[in-house]
Amino acid sequence: MYPSRFAYEAPKTLAEAIALLDANGGEAKVLSGGQSLIPMVKLRFASPELLVDINNIPGLDYMRIDEQGNLRIGALVRHEDLEHSTTLPATHPTLAAASHLVADPIVRTRGTFVGSLCHADPQGDWAATMIALGGRIVAQGPKGKREIDMREFVLGPFTNALAFNEIAVEAIVPPVKGKAAGSYLKLERRVGDFATASVAVALDMNGATVGRAGCALAGVGGRTIDANDAISVLVGKTLNAESIEAAAEAVAAAADPRTDHRGSADYKRHIVKTFVTRILNNIANSEQKAA
Amino acid sequence: MSSLYDVIPPAAGADVPVRRITVEVNGESRTMDVEPRLLLVHMLRQGLELTGTHSGCDTTSCGACTVLVDGRPVKSCTMFAVMADGKKVETVEGMGTASELHPVQEGFKQEHGLQCGFCTPGMMLASKALLERNPNPTEDEVRWALSGNLCRCTGYQNIVKSVLWAAEKMRNDQPQEA
Ligand SMILES: Cc1cc2nc3c(=O)[nH]c(=O)nc-3n(C[C@H](O)[C@H](O)[C@H](O)COP(=O)(O)OP(=O)(O)OC[C@H]3O[C@@H](n4cnc5c(N)ncnc54)[C@H](O)[C@@H]3O)c2cc1C
Ligand code: FES
Ligand code: FES
Repeated sequence: MYPSRFAYEAPKTLAEAIALLDANGGEAKVLSGGQSLIPMVKLRFASPELLVDINNIPGLDYMRIDEQGNLRIGALVRHEDLEHSTTLPATHPTLAAASHLVADPIVRTRGTFVGSLCHADPQGDWAATMIALGGRIVAQGPKGKREIDMREFVLGPFTNALAFNEIAVEAIVPPVKGKAAGSYLKLERRVGDFATASVAVALDMNGATVGRAGCALAGVGGRTIDANDAISVLVGKTLNAESIEAAAEAVAAAADPRTDHRGSADYKRHIVKTFVTRILNNIANSEQKAA
Repeated sequence: MSSLYDVIPPAAGADVPVRRITVEVNGESRTMDVEPRLLLVHMLRQGLELTGTHSGCDTTSCGACTVLVDGRPVKSCTMFAVMADGKKVETVEGMGTASELHPVQEGFKQEHGLQCGFCTPGMMLASKALLERNPNPTEDEVRWALSGNLCRCTGYQNIVKSVLWAAEKMRNDQPQEA
């Protein structure tokens, strides 16, 4: 499969990349890991006139915690960089759990965390984790930078809130208040498949009490499902059979699955409930062990 | 210097954007003019006639086209040749010679890690990348690292054995510290 012809630029600075996007008024596309964009242009689902390859821009491949405790992930951090991080499981268990489940190990060497958020696939894994974590995107355009809350960043399937002349330069995960707990569970038919249903849960624990509670779902709606309001029934509570059941019910009700070749709507909703219960039970058990 | 166009060379005088790239392929520097839409797999197979890299699904699913770019495994059907400008690319042709096989190649021979051989170049390069990072992988780690590569023949069992064989050989070949 051959993409239609396009022009290609590989600028060495962000300013040049933004100028190229700006000069091409919506006909240009950013190329980062290429693991979604290249398949799309090969199938001619997209036929951009210009690809602006950002892979040669230095200084975008960082992953660090700043003085305020925000985790900052630069635009060129690959899926596998998160997967191989030795610190992430303790600081951000939700991201660490998802990092092994995005696509397959070879796609993970190229695909980027930020590119995946930009792609806004309703079945994408990272968007669900970022919505659960209350994350933000930093967009940079000709007029400078602005921050976009992840809940407002994904507008719909394959649609994000960036202007045509903006690049997502980093993703920010706000500091945890207390101890980070959470996970990501995904049902896939085989390695590399997109989610039949998946659940991201991120809790800030103050001892045995839930401080902040975040949740989002992939694969069970026309876009990433924001289930933060649903799981907020846990805030101020301890994790016990009753509170876990209530949270799992509320989150399952927030899902909006369709019946397709991956399973029936009922089945997918059932999976959501099971996964929420499983994640919360695991957190409750490890709290007990720690106490 | 070779000039590479995608499939059909453009008609004389046609205004096709072409970029000059230099890629180190199996240790040799190659300079070419390529159309941006030329995929790395086609640059290797048609342009450089390195047909050891196979094109299977063409949809980023099977891993038959896996090559190493700056040491990391990449599906060459999902990278444009222009993106490899200035990088080191390694294909199966660069792994060893008929008389001197790479330990991973030897492993596939010893443990019958192939039948039709279609998936094998991609399997071996993904395995080589694994062993460079993790010289002593568990069976699970081998299965995990190869989970982006499909094989329709072997049932994977012998592929996993081949990689574990190679890992052991490579560890034993390491110069022992005195
Ligand atoms: C076989 C296969 C299986 C997969 N399975 C999964 C899976 O299970 N779960 C999952 O979540 N994903 C999966 N993916 C998708 C993969 O995670 C991609 O890497 C990811 O969706 C896109 O990231 P990228 O860096 O490759 O972006 P690209 O493909 O380069 O770009 C994707 C889109 O985002 C835009 N974009 C990229 N970066 C930026 C930026 N910095 N600023 C502005 N716009 C930008 C591009 O213009 C394009 O529209 C799979 C892909 C393949 C090929
Ligand atoms: S041909 Fe590239 S993954 Fe199948
Ligand atoms: S040996 Fe035939 S596909 Fe693997």
